[in-house]
Amino acid sequence: MSQPGIPASGGSSTGLQAQNGAASASGSPYTNGPVQNALMSSQVSVSQGYNSQLPGSYPHLIPAKTLNPVSGQSNSGGSQTVSPLSNYQGPGQALYGPPVASHPVTPSLHSGPSPQMPLPTSQNPAATPMPSGSFLPGASVSSPSNWQYNYLSQTNHCPRASSQPTMTGNTNLMSPQYVSSGDSSLQNNIIKSGIISNTNNGSMVVHNNYDEIEGGGFLATSQPTTKNPTMSRSVGYSYPSLPPGYQNTAPPSTTGAGLPPSSLNYPSGPQAFTQTPLGANHLTSSMSGLSLHPEGLRVINLLQERNMLPSTPLQPPVPNLHEDIQKLNCNPELFRCTLTSIPQTQALLNKAKLPLGLLLHPFKDLVQLPVVTSSTIVRCRSCRTYINPFVSFLDQRRWKCNLCYRVNDVPEEFMYNPLTRVYGEPHRRPEVQNATIEFMAPSEYMLRPPQPPVYLFVFDVSHNAIETGYLNSVCQSLLDNLDLLPGNTRTKIGFITFDSTIHFYSLQEGLSQPQMLIVSDIEDVFIPMPENLLVNLNESKELVQDLLKTLPQMFTKTLETQSALGPALQAAFKLMSPTGGRMSVFQTQLPTLGVGALKPREEPNQRSSAKEIHLTPSTDFYKKLALDCSGQQVAVDLFLLSGQYSDLASLGCISRYSAGSVYYYPSYHHQHNPIQVQKLEKELQRYLTRKIGFEAVMRIRCTKGLSIHTFHGNFFVRSTDLLSLPNVNPDAGYAVQMSVEESLTDTQLVSFQSALLYTSSKGERRIRVHTLCLPVVSTLNEVFLGADVQAISGLLANMAVDRSVTASLSDARDALVNAVIDSLSAYRSSALSNQQPGLMVPFSLRLFPLFVLALLKQKSFQTGTNARLDERIFAMCQVKNQPLVYLMLTTHPSLYRVDNLSDEGAISINDRTIPQPPILQLSVEKLSRDGAFLMDAGSVLMLWVGRNCGQNFLSQVLGVENYALIPQTMTDLPELDTPESARTIAFISWLREQRPFYPILYVIRDESPMKANFLQNMVEDRTESALSYYEFLLHIQQQVNK
Amino acid sequence: MEAVVFVFSLLDCCALIFLSVYFIITLSDLECDYINARSCCSKLNKWVIPELVGHTLVTVLMLISLHWFIFLLNLPVAAWNIYRYIMVPSGNMGVFDPTEIHNRGQLKSHMKEAMIKLGFHLLCFFMYLYSMILALIND
Repeated sequence: MSQPGIPASGGSSTGLQAQNGAASASGSPYTNGPVQNALMSSQVSVSQGYNSQLPGSYPHLIPAKTLNPVSGQSNSGGSQTVSPLSNYQGPGQALYGPPVASHPVTPSLHSGPSPQMPLPTSQNPAATPMPSGSFLPGASVSSPSNWQYNYLSQTNHCPRASSQPTMTGNTNLMSPQYVSSGDSSLQNNIIKSGIISNTNNGSMVVHNNYDEIEGGGFLATSQPTTKNPTMSRSVGYSYPSLPPGYQNTAPPSTTGAGLPPSSLNYPSGPQAFTQTPLGANHLTSSMSGLSLHPEGLRVINLLQERNMLPSTPLQPPVPNLHEDIQKLNCNPELFRCTLTSIPQTQALLNKAKLPLGLLLHPFKDLVQLPVVTSSTIVRCRSCRTYINPFVSFLDQRRWKCNLCYRVNDVPEEFMYNPLTRVYGEPHRRPEVQNATIEFMAPSEYMLRPPQPPVYLFVFDVSHNAIETGYLNSVCQSLLDNLDLLPGNTRTKIGFITFDSTIHFYSLQEGLSQPQMLIVSDIEDVFIPMPENLLVNLNESKELVQDLLKTLPQMFTKTLETQSALGPALQAAFKLMSPTGGRMSVFQTQLPTLGVGALKPREEPNQRSSAKEIHLTPSTDFYKKLALDCSGQQVAVDLFLLSGQYSDLASLGCISRYSAGSVYYYPSYHHQHNPIQVQKLEKELQRYLTRKIGFEAVMRIRCTKGLSIHTFHGNFFVRSTDLLSLPNVNPDAGYAVQMSVEESLTDTQLVSFQSALLYTSSKGERRIRVHTLCLPVVSTLNEVFLGADVQAISGLLANMAVDRSVTASLSDARDALVNAVIDSLSAYRSSALSNQQPGLMVPFSLRLFPLFVLALLKQKSFQTGTNARLDERIFAMCQVKNQPLVYLMLTTHPSLYRVDNLSDEGAISINDRTIPQPPILQLSVEKLSRDGAFLMDAGSVLMLWVGRNCGQNFLSQVLGVENYALIPQTMTDLPELDTPESARTIAFISWLREQRPFYPILYVIRDESPMKANFLQNMVEDRTESALSYYEFLLHIQQQVNK
Repeated sequence: MEAVVFVFSLLDCCALIFLSVYFIITLSDLECDYINARSCCSKLNKWVIPELVGHTLVTVLMLISLHWFIFLLNLPVAAWNIYRYIMVPSGNMGVFDPTEIHNRGQLKSHMKEAMIKLGFHLLCFFMYLYSMILALIND
């Protein structure tokens, strides 16, 4: 599988090699030490340890790596297994310069008389003559050579590396024998192969270790770019009272560096994080983080300063934490809290009138994700929290849980750090260095053997369905993506079609063509044959392809108009319940037969009144079935392609509680609605090929004192904090609301941890853990200062959906407006000292009224006659199921002017120049007839071309002679050989690349039917039934100043 | 006759007390993660109607036997039971819905309700006991 390759040039040595070098140089002295033996015994258990193999499901890893010319070096800091998150700068590349000079030094350094394993003291003399004083071989570089292969780096995917001749040697080493390698020939081998990169890497390791001891301070001053992310956080972790055996890991060398000893030996314990005295460079760097605050403290009168929308995408606020902790904190795209400063008590939270909650996107596709394999996963014994960067080590052997404050023992094997290959550094393990990490779960985490990927497709083939012609597109998409379905050799696939009867397809190996079995008894559904309905995809691929090719033609003459969706779902559930898996249901009309039949409830002339609409399901059949599915690890994804009302409120339950997703294509027709066809194809492409996790559960834990009381998203809450997710997909977001149960006065930091246990499509059980750490504050002002307006709006939207279902839509709208009024009046009455006229808001909430107004005009909550019930409910489903980023884009799209793109301020990625036009306010006054404007609404891009748009843009970008020639439906920009076209296309594709799905571009001219959609998103303007932004502000001001 | 009425009420009240205790135990099991929401709710939903019928029966009995004070005391609780049952949304699986019970503090309010009912039934129990003894002596 994965083999660490050793490059001849040394240019791209992997993390392993880096250490090979060091180790090989030091190889011989270490072979026979008694300590080593002790270590080796522990090593056996660690040996599968850092198995970094990243399966094919992370394909981006490879490009990400190859992009980096010095990828090898960058790995040497942290072996690939523990590769830092993408936002980290590649560790220590700049290190490469100076250490070369130390080339001759290192061997001697290592061959020095250091008989015991982690005793690097002996290196000091060798290190002092090094050219740069910053290279202090403080910590133990030393580790026996035979340890190196404990973790196989994912770099092995790197084609360059694997082509190296030395690889064979290493491959041998991967076999178990190296575990007991006293074998000198092996070591010779290593020495030879590693020798090229050896010095650099050797010194580099030293470097890192030094830095970890010092908290990175010294290094940062001398060469700021060299900062290694892994070292960033060691501050506060030097142990003041190390057992004698460990002391040599740190102090002697560091004092040799002439560093003030005061900067060492921070007191350990929870306060370690909050302390500030970290040396000058740290102060300066943390100042840069703090520099936001003067801005943040500003009070803004929204009535005077109208243009509050930043011209660049809004960044989430940075929690006011010490820089070292913040650096380790979870990426806000994955895990975000509405208040980045947690109020100390519930009373304070109530006073602030802001919702407290978390927004999660736990299964997001990540470019880099550290994966850890170890036989024991270290967790708190009482609350089962996974060890994370925010725990505190009381001493070498004990750590204190940051959620329940229990003191736990550090297991023996956790003492060994596979990254630095040093024993006795549990605080530098990847688990403690990464807020986002994935564990390979051992068998204790399985209730049954990991299930195979099972995909079942359920197609509606009634007359109505055939009319829409969707089967052609879907079958074609399936045919195209059959090989890309995530899975392995165990992948199973099956098909069911239904109208008033249910049709099964036997795909037994050896049949010349698929065999259709019809079950017409829909009252008491049964499975006509026990096997061969779900077949192994690899073994029966030809039959499957056969079926997909013939399926669209099979029902063209059908006259059956009834739809027995309920029984079909029951049949599909029965078929899948032994294994679990994913059921994709395509439905085109209201189900009319058998259980789960529904009646039309929409009355078109009542659309306008917000009261009398049916947002609640009309039957509990779909909910019950969804819970049954959830119990058997089956998730149902619903594709609704319907022109008529189909009661999505009821049907949607099947996906909602089984953790599926809903796709809705109103008025789908293969001829009359080509835009929907294209949309379906693009979304199916993503749907079929995206990553998938099976039989998953997610638990969200938070520090004692905080408790979660409400959950939002598609799942079933099985017990107080356990979410049952039969399937988890990377496009799903979740939200929870929290309350402060007990006062948090005696703590300064709180943490939240989400742990997602799932079976990957390759049949591995994995746990993805995200940990977020936030400060606790005691004053209202600080609470407001740390408010995250996007997260608040997102959570409010989720709450408003709940409110509209349990109470009514108008209640929900009132609640949204009241949320703004309450929080702003709370701010006015308690946080503002002098009462000024106008609408005063804290800087952090300056966009709050705008976003709430945008929510009120969003399809879910808008009033007026133009929203069909199903579309409204679909929008609500989206609110609940979308990650925050996309929810914010659909609510408040970004508007750019694109007819005058220039390279000014452009960013360049991979030699492509991407212009960065400013984001405009969503108001018609920003539009002009002689321009072209692009609106990015998350899942759609709309390019509105003004009537008097410059001829230049028309011909150079759109490729048409004049305005009248722009086609009615245009969804692609021609690739013209002009700079304007190149810029526009670069910009649009850059926007597309930022999201996993493919937003379709609509070119809209004045007469296009899409123009209404475009203008509807102009949230700052007045519409027939909604206020303009300014009127809204006046209304709020009136209420606030009451 | 009077004694018979109160003996019946007493027995019915005992049953209701046991039912309340059962509700409390099951809900607290759910709170402590001993059972999952689905089985908890299906257990409890089974007993919603018996509880409603049992309590309505006593209330009606008191009306018929013209014990105005006890009837008026029971009326609000009986009305609440019926209201709660009628107001279950069509998409829910009963008074206790497994998908909703963990949201918006529903578990806590169910718990509170069961506690209040337990107290109420205990009060009734002693009242019926007293009335029964009184009736037996009068006979």
